[in-house]
Amino acid sequence: MANKHVVSFTLNGKEVDVAVEPRELLIHTLRERLLHTGPHIGCETSHCGACTVDLDGMSVKSCTMLTVQCEGASMVTIEGLEQGGVLHALQQAFHEHHGLQCGYCTPGMITRAYRLLQENPNPSEEEIRYWISGNLCRCTGYQNIVKAVQAAAQKLAAAQPA
Amino acid sequence: MGDMSELQAREDQLQGMGVSLLRKEDARFIRGQGSYVDDIKLPGMLFGALVRSPYAHARIKGIDKSKALACPGVVAVLTADDLKPVKLHWMPTLGGDVQAVLADQKVCFQLQEVAMVLASDRYAAADGAALVEVDYEELPAIVDPKKSMAADAPVIREDIAEKKDVGHGPRTHPNHIFTWEAGNQAAADAAFAGAAVTVREEILNPRVHPCPLETCGCVASFSKATGNLTVYLTSQAPHIVRTVLAMLSGIPESKIRVVGGDIGGGFGNKVPVYPGYVVAIVASIVTGVPVKWIESRIDNISTTGFARDYHGIGELAADADGRIKGLRFTALADHGAFNSHVSATKFPAGLFSICTGSYAIPNAYCRVDAVYTNKAPGGVAYRCSLRVTEAVYLIERMIDVLAQKLGIDKAEIRRRNFVQKEQFPYTTSLGWTLDSGDYVPALEKVLKAVDYEGLRREQAEKRAKGELMGIGIATFTEIVGAGPTKACDILGIGLFDSCEIRVHPTGGVIARLGTMSQGQGHATTYAQIIATELGLPASDIVVEEGDTDKAPYGAGTWGSRSTPVAGAAAAKAARKIKDKARQIAAHLLEVGEGDLEWEVDRFTVKGNPGQAKTMKELCMAAHTGNLPEGMEQGLNAVSYYDPPNLTYPFGAYVCVVDVDRFTGEVKVRRFYALDDCGTRINPMIIEGQIHGGLTEAFAVALGQQIPFDENGNHLGNSLMDYFLPTAVETPRWETDHTVTPSPHHPLGAKGVAESPHVGGIPCISNAVIDAFAHLGVTHMDMPHSAWRVWQQCHALGIDRH
Repeated sequence: MANKHVVSFTLNGKEVDVAVEPRELLIHTLRERLLHTGPHIGCETSHCGACTVDLDGMSVKSCTMLTVQCEGASMVTIEGLEQGGVLHALQQAFHEHHGLQCGYCTPGMITRAYRLLQENPNPSEEEIRYWISGNLCRCTGYQNIVKAVQAAAQKLAAAQPA
Repeated sequence: MGDMSELQAREDQLQGMGVSLLRKEDARFIRGQGSYVDDIKLPGMLFGALVRSPYAHARIKGIDKSKALACPGVVAVLTADDLKPVKLHWMPTLGGDVQAVLADQKVCFQLQEVAMVLASDRYAAADGAALVEVDYEELPAIVDPKKSMAADAPVIREDIAEKKDVGHGPRTHPNHIFTWEAGNQAAADAAFAGAAVTVREEILNPRVHPCPLETCGCVASFSKATGNLTVYLTSQAPHIVRTVLAMLSGIPESKIRVVGGDIGGGFGNKVPVYPGYVVAIVASIVTGVPVKWIESRIDNISTTGFARDYHGIGELAADADGRIKGLRFTALADHGAFNSHVSATKFPAGLFSICTGSYAIPNAYCRVDAVYTNKAPGGVAYRCSLRVTEAVYLIERMIDVLAQKLGIDKAEIRRRNFVQKEQFPYTTSLGWTLDSGDYVPALEKVLKAVDYEGLRREQAEKRAKGELMGIGIATFTEIVGAGPTKACDILGIGLFDSCEIRVHPTGGVIARLGTMSQGQGHATTYAQIIATELGLPASDIVVEEGDTDKAPYGAGTWGSRSTPVAGAAAAKAARKIKDKARQIAAHLLEVGEGDLEWEVDRFTVKGNPGQAKTMKELCMAAHTGNLPEGMEQGLNAVSYYDPPNLTYPFGAYVCVVDVDRFTGEVKVRRFYALDDCGTRINPMIIEGQIHGGLTEAFAVALGQQIPFDENGNHLGNSLMDYFLPTAVETPRWETDHTVTPSPHHPLGAKGVAESPHVGGIPCISNAVIDAFAHLGVTHMDMPHSAWRVWQQCHALGIDRH
């Protein structure tokens, strides 16, 4: 099809090139062309955060970002958090503290919490709640998500060399 | 008998009932490896986009597809005229009515489905949908259900205008659907006539939407070669959907496979069969390639599966001490343009007659009048059994109104009216037999935990200073686990459920059930039930649901029926297997079956515990030739469970709110929830369900409503407007429990996930209204948004210094 642009970026540490129309949204490129179906579509209006990815050190709602804006970017999705067969502390903590039910918000929620702990390794409950307020969950009431993020923060802090 | 520590070690290894076992389903979700319907991509798949009506009521004068068909990527445009030759332009509903699959000559609600554009991808489909030109002649719309039955009201459903009955008794107006009643009206009226005190209040349960984070959608794949239809579909009830599809399409049910996959939340939204599914299926049959249809969020809130819209009137009659002698509850139910309400055939107003609640009320009468309006159809039960939130909201609000009228404390009036422990099983004056309950200790435990007396003292001090503090109580009884097939069916299919268990030679187990998890953790909970029953570790038990080619038939997951019905089937199937294993053990140990006793994971010979056969050994033995005379190999069983009664979980909740009289803002300071769901299988999962249900109750009580203007236009159908609480405003929940097992359930379990929603809404409402009780306010309609609460403050003149 005419009017396609080749966009190159790093996705979970790997270089990728995709040809997209200028109007194509990042979430569709990720899910349908690059087969990264971890990020989900919940609202198409930036409210729910199910599509959250980490882009150049910022949380981005990929349902309202054009793929052509991502040239040269470095992107992390839920698929990139597990390293060498070892779950990220957040993934493990969401499991251990029952921080998920239907699982639909989970990839975006964990990706957002990942950014939080990068910026603030020891957040208070209030800070966690504020930071994840752009990510909606209909199942858990957030209480166990908060617990999971706190537990992951503690685990990561304990793993740091003194 | 093994020593206690050894027995305990064996017990621990099973990870059976009562243990907070971490969930088996998490492994894929935390890695982003769930398989939701929009993740499915089949070769050659087309994408369908619906063209929807901008008007709430209009005649369709013409549809011009030509520009859409010329759009790059567009393959076809389907309208009602294209579905007519296969007679699929209308479909039956779960409420006994019919619904237009694509609008047939007229549209009856805003965003009704008019056409589907099929294209190579979702962008081309959206382009095409924007280019379909529909010529409408706008008609006057009915938005207020109180105007539906006016003599000069426009007729919404011309297709059935002449019908005297749409499945639930005589109609008195073309916009009338049914009138349903229960109880003894004359006895109730007599109780009111002789009562020392009566109260009456108009109480609205506004139109809301369950709004799961994943919208509805499907991928339909019809093979012209084999005639097989596979549909991946967001359904809480895949087997019922398969039957509906067979009835609709004429395809033999054996050639239809419905697959639920992973479901991103349901809360009732994913029970019905929606037009989008049907058009996608027809499109696949016509084109011979797979077709995907995925709802947008706006379409989801606007057109599929709303809930409530019950305009109630509550009346109680009591003696001077507050003992209730009579109850009259009526509701005008706005069903929208088609009666697509999810309901059992004999209960068009669902289980509304549970409205006597936890109280012994000798005389009661209730009635529901259902009408058509120019709003979306599809009334579902939003995290509750059918119409139970509406019923419980009425009784829990009205008992507060009565307490205020008599000047009796709101906890005390409940004590005076509770059904007492020794009265169970208790048959209410509206005909339900409550299986078990112990309401007094539950309430007292909660009052003590929150220091109720102290809270009332604090409230009095605050009131003296002009501050608003409210204490809400709800002591609700739910009705879940539909249900006995003699009472409950949908489209003639009884609401039983099922479990098939296959035990493999090395002790691995696969269990398949007729229910469908949408996040409830069935794979874990059911495995725990089977682990305890069979003495095999939960870690080796795989649970499958939702693929109709694999699982036995069941009515699905809604109305908190999974544990009460399918959980019972799991226990029953496991017990059949255990009975066979016992026969094999007796044969191998050369003793009589009566000489054996069960010990955690094995059969031992009474008085000689060294002689034993473990379940694991028996799994292998069942696959050898050394079996009792005439016994076949294998260790499999299936159970279809038809419950003898519904189950009646209950709870006692207290909510404390502070209200800012200048802004109307309501802050939930404390919420203490005690639930009694009978036997508890996985306490961690139960607590998670309660957190979620309370959060949805908070959403309904404080913010959710689908508003319309007088022309039937939606005024709030995106997440910009429709309130879904974030982590910031969601309260911290405190949970507690008592255990009163169900006497008729094989495990004593009752179901739990809906109780916090059903009980939470009136509790929060009661707290908000209690903050104004000393100012003479007896009721305020939900949602208690800051704007609406401020209006109350303003009307009272307390919003100024």
